[in-house]
Amino acid sequence: MSAVPTTSPLQARRRLRGRLGDLSLHGLTLAAALACLVLVGAIAWKIVALAGPSFDRFGLGFVTARAWDPVKHVFGALPFIYGTAVSSLVALVIATPLAIAIGLYLSELAPRGVRGIVGSLVELLAAIPSVVLGLWGILVLGPFLAHHVEPWLHSTLGFIPLFGDPQQTGQGLFTAAVILTIMIVPIVASISRELFLGVPSDLEEGALALGATRWEMVRGVILPATRSGIAAAVILGLGRAVGEAIAVTQVIGGGTRIGWSLFPPADTLASKIASSYQGAGSGIETSSLLYLAAILLVLGLIANLIAQVIVRRFDPLRGTRE
Amino acid sequence: MTESFTIAPVIDVAQVTQDSRPSEREVVFDIHDLTVSYGRVTAISGVDLQIHRNVITAIIGPSGCGKSTFIRCLNRMNDLVPGARIEGQILYQGSDLYASGVDPVEIRRRIGMVFQKANPFPKSIYDNVAWGPRVLGMRKELDERVEKALRSAALWDEVKDRLKKNALSLSGGQQQRLCIARAIAVEPEVLLLDEPASALDPIATSAIEDLMHQLKREYTLVIVTHNMQQAARVADLTAFFSLEVDETRRSGVLVEYDATSKIFTNPSDKRTEDYVTGRFG
Ligand SMILES: Nc1ncnc2c1ncn2[C@@H]1O[C@H](COP(=O)(O)OP(=O)(O)O)[C@@H](O)[C@H]1O
Ligand SMILES: [Mg+2]
Repeated sequence: MSAVPTTSPLQARRRLRGRLGDLSLHGLTLAAALACLVLVGAIAWKIVALAGPSFDRFGLGFVTARAWDPVKHVFGALPFIYGTAVSSLVALVIATPLAIAIGLYLSELAPRGVRGIVGSLVELLAAIPSVVLGLWGILVLGPFLAHHVEPWLHSTLGFIPLFGDPQQTGQGLFTAAVILTIMIVPIVASISRELFLGVPSDLEEGALALGATRWEMVRGVILPATRSGIAAAVILGLGRAVGEAIAVTQVIGGGTRIGWSLFPPADTLASKIASSYQGAGSGIETSSLLYLAAILLVLGLIANLIAQVIVRRFDPLRGTRE
Repeated sequence: MTESFTIAPVIDVAQVTQDSRPSEREVVFDIHDLTVSYGRVTAISGVDLQIHRNVITAIIGPSGCGKSTFIRCLNRMNDLVPGARIEGQILYQGSDLYASGVDPVEIRRRIGMVFQKANPFPKSIYDNVAWGPRVLGMRKELDERVEKALRSAALWDEVKDRLKKNALSLSGGQQQRLCIARAIAVEPEVLLLDEPASALDPIATSAIEDLMHQLKREYTLVIVTHNMQQAARVADLTAFFSLEVDETRRSGVLVEYDATSKIFTNPSDKRTEDYVTGRFG
């Protein structure tokens, strides 16, 4: 057969196939996107519906009510909002500088060989299942914090009300915050490493060519150029901390106390739901737990939205089009 | 405009050829047998060259012959390249640039550099220029310093009303002049320019060439260019680098270094002649 007659139909068929591929790719991605939307909507709908009875009984006052008493059928979310806020914020305060330092080390300072090894170790930390981390928290971290770190903090910084009397058990808000820190650090560290690596090297050279030291270059060019990304990574970490249930439930001790000291036992929204749902004795208690879930869902969505807005709006490397 | 381009170099070259003896015109860089390799690739080998004060020295040659490598040795920017090895000696005002006690940060403060691709920081125009002085603790009269640098870079009139605007909103030519302003704001002694106009249109290019003639009074300038007309227009002295290829290896070498007019009208080396007459590269 000569080559000439076969080439043109073959081309046409290939184009057709390509067009079909295009179409099905389009369809598939659209379907996947829609499925996500529908799923989020369905979950939210169900949770809100189930929380209905509790909402009808307690209204928005639920959010600021302090009691949680299944016997008297009085429920309020404030202790758990407090526990969630404090454990996540403490975790963020410890994790953010640590994670940025690790990211900087891995992207700018570490020798090539070390980068790979330390980088994988950090990623490995993220791979520990949270229930395993929680067990370690019960067995090792909690007692260590209770017997060494908390007494030390109390005796040196005890004048700050955050560092009250140490706990004996190692179960408490502070232990939960440290466990959350361990979970957030790898996330924020690996995102910030990517961000730092993404800073164009000609910017770095520009700074160094002016006689800046490495640290001055990092502080003056790399961090400002990546700050919106870092902020988004931190908020992503916050989302993780707010939503984490298992490991927190294992180490936080449980309770409805609200107070200054970081050390006593408490509960977060997530740990309260995880620990109480199975044993919930009444319909109104179950419904109240779902009310907690709805609050958690809203917090998670808000964190995610904020992170996205930050990334879209304030990326300095994208110039001033905005 | 055109007149100043054609006349100025001729006068300068006359001066240069008269007193280019090292004893008469101060030597800023004295380079001996410089060889640079990246891993197992030799980029330049055996370069001997002297660079003089308040003179514009152009480095020309085909792409890949090691022009950037050479100029980046002069302020130790190659230290940042993993695997780069520098052999030979570079004396800067008499002292060894690569001696063990020498701080590369201090070197780069005194020997500024402008890169091929304009690389303004994603900050305001003002902060771009003020960044270096701030970092180096020259905080006194910062506004005046910024204005002076922008004026020297022939950019002041175009940006004085929008100093707070992001530098990335400037045009390419303005960005490159901003980078020059940024470099001279820290008052370096030498300014190294690596193909500063290669991405610019002719108008922006001629603005930068004008600027170089201005800057020559205060600074020692070394400019890499692959544009021979540009070298002919701005430089007093020109060094021609070429790629030397034998069976096993290829590396850049310095072929000829002389007054610009000599290089372009009456070169002593056949390879230079081929290059400047366009028979090569
Ligand atoms: N960072 C680097 N790593 C490895 N090789 C390099 C590096 N920079 C330059 N080279 C090599 O060195 C040689 C000279 O490059 P360069 O100095 O950039 O030449 P020019 O500026 O004249 O075009 C080229 O062969 C190039 O591939
Ligand atoms: Mg080059």
